[in-house]
Amino acid sequence: MVKVLQSGLYSTIQDLGRFGFQHLGVPCSGVMDQHSARMANLLLANDANCAVLELTGNGPKLEFTSNTNIVITGANMLPMINDNSVLNDSVINIKGNDILSFGKRVYGLRSYIAVKGGFKTKAVLGSRSMYSKITKESTIKRGDYLPIADCDVLLEPNLAKLKVPNIDYESKVINVFKGPEFDLLNISTIKKLLEKEFKISNSSNRMAYSLNESIENSLNSILTSVVIPGTVQLTPSGQLIILMRDCQVTGGYPRVLQLSEESINKLSQRSAGNSIKFRLKAQ
Amino acid sequence: MKYQLQYKPYNENSILIQWPSLIDENILSDILNFNQILRDNLFKKILYINNAYNSLLIVYKECEFNFKEEIKSMESLYSSSLNLSNFQYKLWEIPVCYDVSFGVDLELLSREKQMSINDMVSKHTSSLYTVYFIGFLPGFMYLGGLNSDLYFPRKASPRQYIAKGSVAIGGMQTGVYPTSSPGGWNIIGNTPILFFDVTKDSPCFVSAGDKIKFVAIDHNEHELITKQIASGSYKIKNHLYNG
Repeated sequence: MVKVLQSGLYSTIQDLGRFGFQHLGVPCSGVMDQHSARMANLLLANDANCAVLELTGNGPKLEFTSNTNIVITGANMLPMINDNSVLNDSVINIKGNDILSFGKRVYGLRSYIAVKGGFKTKAVLGSRSMYSKITKESTIKRGDYLPIADCDVLLEPNLAKLKVPNIDYESKVINVFKGPEFDLLNISTIKKLLEKEFKISNSSNRMAYSLNESIENSLNSILTSVVIPGTVQLTPSGQLIILMRDCQVTGGYPRVLQLSEESINKLSQRSAGNSIKFRLKAQ
Repeated sequence: MKYQLQYKPYNENSILIQWPSLIDENILSDILNFNQILRDNLFKKILYINNAYNSLLIVYKECEFNFKEEIKSMESLYSSSLNLSNFQYKLWEIPVCYDVSFGVDLELLSREKQMSINDMVSKHTSSLYTVYFIGFLPGFMYLGGLNSDLYFPRKASPRQYIAKGSVAIGGMQTGVYPTSSPGGWNIIGNTPILFFDVTKDSPCFVSAGDKIKFVAIDHNEHELITKQIASGSYKIKNHLYNG
């Protein structure tokens, strides 16, 4: 078990998502930055879909009640075990009663804590990903006990180290494909869309990121159609909304761009106030 | 009838198929028919399929595939497809209490439309609605078939809280809020029926293509059905519907 001493700003259990119920209006959910979460599970030789803890902005304080191995990836929030610094992207040996805490965030926005065998909270509709209308809890809370897999054989600490390239946490460039309604845009709107820098607004969360600067919009709403994480919608007022992992499954705004999977991961590590620039890629 | 379909790569692992941009029952039948054919043929490769009024989204498990080949094989499946006859659509009778205590916008609509509440209720309950798809919230049905006398614009600023089970009108559409939520539609009643229940294997009993009929009930019946649902003894009235 992992006892939650402090929850952190917004910490949720996530796996790779809840699929097969989209035709009933159920969002995909799942880790925002799949790259970092997959790496954490890979280092522990876990299945890629093992549930991890996603931290947003700052970290929780957790007490482990038994021995295990963990890996922390993604944003660097200066993790500590019993007040001694430990590294991101490496296997950490945990003994019963160890306390994991975090300091100030150095880069990125979201960190992932993977434990050997994964978090074993209750799966709902085939997934452990927390989402307010599906799972009982929408975040972890102080006093919670999070079940984890039993783990007898511990890996040697620091044997496994992350060798793959990490996400570029500084780059503004977000790779996109043309969205289904892209070709309806006029030349001057396309120019603005692809040449301007946009700032991520304060109202950005797991459901969607919205951008501060608006652009002219001559498109009408469309007949409500399907959307997916990474879809960039253009609202009637000219605001751009980038749908993220907890987004609805349908929407009525024109879908002008579509983020690549890698760009969704990258954007998940950018915070309000950061600038981004779209770069169009051929499909 | 065959339509001129547009196939577009949507992201690395999904393809969007679009029908003409219309709300039309023939298009819906064609989408649901092709949906089933794709499920039957591609089930090993597919993560999920989802449809809306005039579109079908096919999301693959793997990113590594050739769009051109995939689209070509879909086109040939479509052109050689027959109308499957094994669809079993259902008509569901949904009890709704149109009391002003639930239908907090009934008086406003009645005033604005100069139509009595009784007339509005009778128009709302006499239509047979078609479920085009489910979206927006888990279990939220997009219904076609609202009587045009009942069209009424959405509120300029949405309410922060709309109660679970609220039956509402927004523009040319009507629907039921399956969970409490913010929303801009006008509330005309409430149903005790649960449209989304995660404890069930199939969390939503309605499917795209089904029909919905609203049946007026009073406050006491609403209370009684609520209790019966809680105890698991209520069965939603339904029968097979084949046009």
